[in-house]
Amino acid sequence: MSAQTAELTAIRKMIASHKRRDLMFAGLGFVALGIAFITFVALFVDMLVDGWPRLSAEFFTNYASRRAEQAGILAAWVGTFSIMLVTAVVAVPIGVAAGVYLEEYGGRNWLTNLIEININNLAGVPSIVYGLLALGMFVHTFGFGASVLTAGLTLGLLILPIVIVATRESIRAVPNSMREAAYALGATRWRMVSDHVLPYSTPGILTGVIIGLSRAIGETAPIITIGAVIFIMFLPPSPINTDFPFVSFDWLWSDFTALPIQIFNWTSRPDAAFQANASAAALVLVAMTLAMNGLAIWIRFRLRRRLKW
Amino acid sequence: MATKTPKPELSSLTMKAEARQLSFFYGSMQALKNIDLPIYDRRVTALIGPSGCGKSTFLRCFNRMHDLYPGNRYQGQIRFFPDDIDLLSPKVDPIEVRMRLSMVFQKPNPFPKTIFENVAYGLRVRGVSKRSVLREKVEEALVDAALWNEVKDRLEDLAGNLSGGQQQRLCIARALASNPELLLFDEPTSALDPIATASIEELIHDLKRKITILIVTHNMQQAARVSDFTAYMYLGDLVEYGWTDDVFFRPKHKQTEDYITGRFG
Repeated sequence: MSAQTAELTAIRKMIASHKRRDLMFAGLGFVALGIAFITFVALFVDMLVDGWPRLSAEFFTNYASRRAEQAGILAAWVGTFSIMLVTAVVAVPIGVAAGVYLEEYGGRNWLTNLIEININNLAGVPSIVYGLLALGMFVHTFGFGASVLTAGLTLGLLILPIVIVATRESIRAVPNSMREAAYALGATRWRMVSDHVLPYSTPGILTGVIIGLSRAIGETAPIITIGAVIFIMFLPPSPINTDFPFVSFDWLWSDFTALPIQIFNWTSRPDAAFQANASAAALVLVAMTLAMNGLAIWIRFRLRRRLKW
Repeated sequence: MATKTPKPELSSLTMKAEARQLSFFYGSMQALKNIDLPIYDRRVTALIGPSGCGKSTFLRCFNRMHDLYPGNRYQGQIRFFPDDIDLLSPKVDPIEVRMRLSMVFQKPNPFPKTIFENVAYGLRVRGVSKRSVLREKVEEALVDAALWNEVKDRLEDLAGNLSGGQQQRLCIARALASNPELLLFDEPTSALDPIATASIEELIHDLKRKITILIVTHNMQQAARVSDFTAYMYLGDLVEYGWTDDVFFRPKHKQTEDYITGRFG
């Protein structure tokens, strides 16, 4: 009787000590989360306080200037936008096609394993290395020069591993029962992929593409390396014009600047007014990134709702 | 339960398919051993046996599903009538085989698309794209699958919103839409509740008037209820085959009798 009670008490003590440890770990985790969160909020609020007053219509429509009050980000955001367009056009078809091939056609052998390892490693290569590669290959060897096209190609290559991995993960999430059902109805492999696998992986692929693009939007090192201009007073030529054939690709070959470069340039000026400009431009960049991520989440939510299996 | 029709003479029945000395290897492991089995036209043939006996493996040979995975090897033949081709021959295109035979899987696997698109998919694969033709054939298939009344007002709803039994009937409609010559059922009710199971068994009974059915089931009573012929398999061998009544009430092998009376399995 007493031996049993003693055992019960010992067990209760042990459970109590485990619960204390549990609580302690939860507490530590919360503190860690708090530190990360507060740091981010502090930085963001600091940027907001500095930059908010500078945000105005003129800020978006003015070129950079030696006078801080008149400086704007027109060339910068148009440049960023143009580059993102090229990046997407480069990264999406190649990345998705590569992901589809590796998952549906490649099979498991030493070659596909080697490719997979290489792709995963490429995701970790410092971005300036991509800049150096682009400088040699695109700028000089291919002769594209320091243009929007080169920047887009460079950043496209940079985010290619992200797109490929996102594509592969989404494709893997499609259950095999769907594939078997399609095959059993007489579909060929390509039909099965295009009628089923790709449509069902689209939310995941889109999410990966947008996350890749939101990474590319902030990359400064590669585009500085290929020769983005710091101070520019003109925009790339418009893609639409009034002479035949009405669409022009001249804007691809144009010199350019981008938001991260503009921010970098203003931050290195001692004048406090330029610091405020930098904060404002940074706010714009953060807002664009958050908007893209928000779009990714929304798309994933809307499209995933249809996928019940 | 429907009345049992009197047994005709075997010679008056036509064969739809026939497995001849069929063996199958997963890599080096032999899963099927020299199986000879007739499948009679517009009759239900059931495959029973304990887990691992090879009945699903045997079924999946018919529509060449094993071709989809590496390392598999067929041996022997499956003759298919009336044109008397060997379904397993490397000269026969598996895509063509799968267009002539349809399969219903164990766990209902409708596509995450609308009910209409699910049933229409087999038709689209065959190049049918005219909306009016699709609508007609989809309705026909859903009627045959005893699902039309329940879904006729919501064909554009997502298939995932249907209940388990309805989803399985949808899969049956999907399989029927392209007018297959042989219908393969791989344990179609093992994931369903008894009421859904009963409705599917009744469906199979109605379907067999039009189409030949080969059904794998782990549920012996289901085989007894639903099939005309039964094949009992054990560890890759075909132990016994015959009219369902004969196999269940007058089994020739003691092993069959042991399985049926539940001494093992």
